[in-house]
Amino acid sequence: MGATIFSYCSDPSTIEGLKWLSCYLTTGKHISMYWSFGTVLLLLAITAPTALAFGFAGATAARSRIAPVSWIGKGYTAIVRGVPDIAFFLFFVIALDQLFEWIRHEVKCPDWTDPIRQGNDFVVCTEAKLPLGNAAAWVHDTYAFFLAVLTFSIVFGAFAANVLTGAMRAVPRAQIETGEAYGMTERQTFWRIMVPQMWVYALPGLSNLWMVLIKATPLLFLLGIEDIVYWARDLGATKTPKFTDYPHGDWRMWYFLALLVFYLCFTKLSEIVLDRINRRLTLGQATAAGEAQRKAAA
Amino acid sequence: MTCWDVISDYGLRSLGFGERLLPRDDFTICKQVVLIGSGMIWNVYFGTVALLAGFFLAVGTAVAKASANPLIRKPAEWFIFVFRGSPLFIQFFFAYFAFVSLKGAVPALGGLTAAWLGAVIVLFLNTAAYSAEIFYGALMSIPKGDIEAADAYGMTGWKRFRRITFPTMMRLAWPSYTNEAIFLFHATTLVFFSGFPSRGQMGDALYYANYFADKTFNPFVPYPILACYFIILTLIVIGIFGLVNARLNRHLPQQNRGKLRLRLNLIR
Repeated sequence: MGATIFSYCSDPSTIEGLKWLSCYLTTGKHISMYWSFGTVLLLLAITAPTALAFGFAGATAARSRIAPVSWIGKGYTAIVRGVPDIAFFLFFVIALDQLFEWIRHEVKCPDWTDPIRQGNDFVVCTEAKLPLGNAAAWVHDTYAFFLAVLTFSIVFGAFAANVLTGAMRAVPRAQIETGEAYGMTERQTFWRIMVPQMWVYALPGLSNLWMVLIKATPLLFLLGIEDIVYWARDLGATKTPKFTDYPHGDWRMWYFLALLVFYLCFTKLSEIVLDRINRRLTLGQATAAGEAQRKAAA
Repeated sequence: MTCWDVISDYGLRSLGFGERLLPRDDFTICKQVVLIGSGMIWNVYFGTVALLAGFFLAVGTAVAKASANPLIRKPAEWFIFVFRGSPLFIQFFFAYFAFVSLKGAVPALGGLTAAWLGAVIVLFLNTAAYSAEIFYGALMSIPKGDIEAADAYGMTGWKRFRRITFPTMMRLAWPSYTNEAIFLFHATTLVFFSGFPSRGQMGDALYYANYFADKTFNPFVPYPILACYFIILTLIVIGIFGLVNARLNRHLPQQNRGKLRLRLNLIR
């Protein structure tokens, strides 16, 4: 028995009821589970801006006048559609991992002559392994998390690119023409006229995307991260007195119920916040919603 | 071993017929295509059953949400919020473990822990909630004049719903509902990756694609095969829903017809 938060928890077999529950919910493993909620929030905090950047790059590329660049942009948005996303999650993690190892392999071991694909095995030299075989456990964890973030960003970047392409098209053409009439270059009209205005049009799509991103976070589990799904399965499983001070039956149902409630609360909170942002952005806009706000105020 | 032999051995493997063991070596393209295709049977089954059953619950829920009576409206709103506001992945896990607990209490309900029944129930409720929101949106945007015209003809209640409200609601909702159907078929890949275990290695397309990727350390063959299957399935769904859409719009002049527009298919 490790350190306990409450002093009366030193001998769990003697306590009952709420007191037992308070001890049970503050064991070391449960604290780890609470931290994993932090992992989910961290993933969202990193992925959302990264995916937006990917999306912006994709949307800009799709508009490019140079044909190959525009193909890349359009291909990027098109490829993620039509295929189940979970397949992409499983695919990208292996593919990215192999890509990084292959690049390192080419750089670090130029003398290596054996082929990388030997039958059914993917072999790179020891120095090119990611992470290195002798690395600490936290390096492995961080690398896995990094791959997960990159995968999420690539997939959601494609969706964001789609939304942003639509938003760029929605900015009235007359606005751009006005910019041109003032002698602005194409680059200037893009950054000074289009980009500041497109967000109003992009917001509904992006809020939808944010909701979907929240709901995609349990897929972390599939990428081998010790996330909340992992802990819920681990802690909820039947525990016998032999291995723990807190024996209980199969409680996984209740753990997943707790996760369900967590996600519902998170969704509700996001809905409220996004609704506020939307109201702020529509203020003074020449749209039906903006007009309705004006009339309500008058 | 020719490809025809592979088809006869593994063509129905996902249902438990044919070869008992999955291939352990010599992973030819043919084997991968056949086995992943065999898994598609499950995806089609899950999607079709959930969609057909979910349609009726969705219409009922949409009408309930539009009701003025809070006793009818509130449960519908909560049902939609719970299933749309939480990840399907967590819903699968929760349902599976709830079914396992239920099995402990009532052994007669043991069938629920099997994917063919339990997962279908979850997908059915999930798609019903998503579709109900779509139908509710359509119900709210039925032109006022249509309802007034029905009133002028003296139609009320069930007759008005069946002849005026329902057809217009379907017509308005159909493009979004097509997206929902595609989306649902994609969501069926989650079944064997969440709580529901596969018995005797009988799994869906993604299950086998993942099997090959794990065995060969090469994701560049099985996942593109899976992608091709899903693109074909998506095209079939679009084709069938397009026919229904044409029928729903047959009384309208060409330019007023609702077009099927493909939108993003996202994770739920």
